[in-house]
Amino acid sequence: MTNEMASEEAALHRLDGALTWQGFRELLPISLFVIVFGAAFGLAATQAGLSDASIVIMSALVFAGAAQFASLELWGPHIPLFTMMLTVFAINARHLLMGATLSPWLQPLKPAKRYGVMLVASDANWAMAMQAFSQGRPGLGLLLGGGIALWSFWVLGTWLGLYFGNAVSNPASLGLDMVMGCFLLAMVVGSEKNLRMLVIWAVAAGASLLAYRYLPENSHVVVGAIAGGLVGLFWGSRDHEH
Amino acid sequence: MSIETGNPSALAIILIMAVVTLVTRWGGVFAMSFVPIGYRVKRFIHAMSGSVLVALLAPLAITGDNGARLALLTTAVIMLTLKKPLPAIAGGILVAALFRQM
Repeated sequence: MTNEMASEEAALHRLDGALTWQGFRELLPISLFVIVFGAAFGLAATQAGLSDASIVIMSALVFAGAAQFASLELWGPHIPLFTMMLTVFAINARHLLMGATLSPWLQPLKPAKRYGVMLVASDANWAMAMQAFSQGRPGLGLLLGGGIALWSFWVLGTWLGLYFGNAVSNPASLGLDMVMGCFLLAMVVGSEKNLRMLVIWAVAAGASLLAYRYLPENSHVVVGAIAGGLVGLFWGSRDHEH
Repeated sequence: MSIETGNPSALAIILIMAVVTLVTRWGGVFAMSFVPIGYRVKRFIHAMSGSVLVALLAPLAITGDNGARLALLTTAVIMLTLKKPLPAIAGGILVAALFRQM
């Protein structure tokens, strides 16, 4: 690592109002789709018997779509608390990895800021932030501003779903269930591609599928990601020694 | 909006869900504050960040319906050719919608 690179890296963790606003605007298109998911959640939660206030509070405080949908499956007169906690933890465990991958740029920040921006970390804004870092651009504005956009529209969509949920009772027929999948895939395909990355991705995909098939539910993301990370760790160190 | 009555445990459960989720959002950053970020850790982190997405997408591609598969394929192809995310995402959604109307 040269000094030049070190000073460049130091600038990448910049975070100010202008970068946050820019991040907000960059995540706006995907956030509009998030309204639809939010509405679908609002409708599903109503059908599962939650009160209107509980539903909006859940979206505002939990802000994790997949885990929220899964929690509805467990909702009823007697909610199995431990199973609920385990399910939410397993589905959201990928946040642990996201936090870890962001740590090189979060560690220079003061703790309040560091943990503050993580409040709104989710798949889309994290992926955009990581892409920015890998291209040598500051990414924390995308994480924070983009996260605020996603959070606002998730809560707004949830609330709209209480009243107009029937309009999006079948988002899959409009292809809307594929928005996040296509978005994340575009991030993967748009990133650095070489033999090393392709092998890492292949191992991650293989491990994820094996875990999906044979390991406890919701473990596949963590298993696949760590498998890919380990390939990168060992392959990387060999490169370094040469 | 109705006023929360008769179901005090719902709010408690939501708060517990929020705390569990917060632990996942903060835990990774917290754990890494004990790890010096050197060359090897950076390689691991870099490899893992793409792998999170791939691991998330793999079961979707395998267990999804043909509409889902075609959507992902379309996004990948447009992304590889045009290198622009918005047309790639829009194309994927459109293909899934059209396929499912058939």
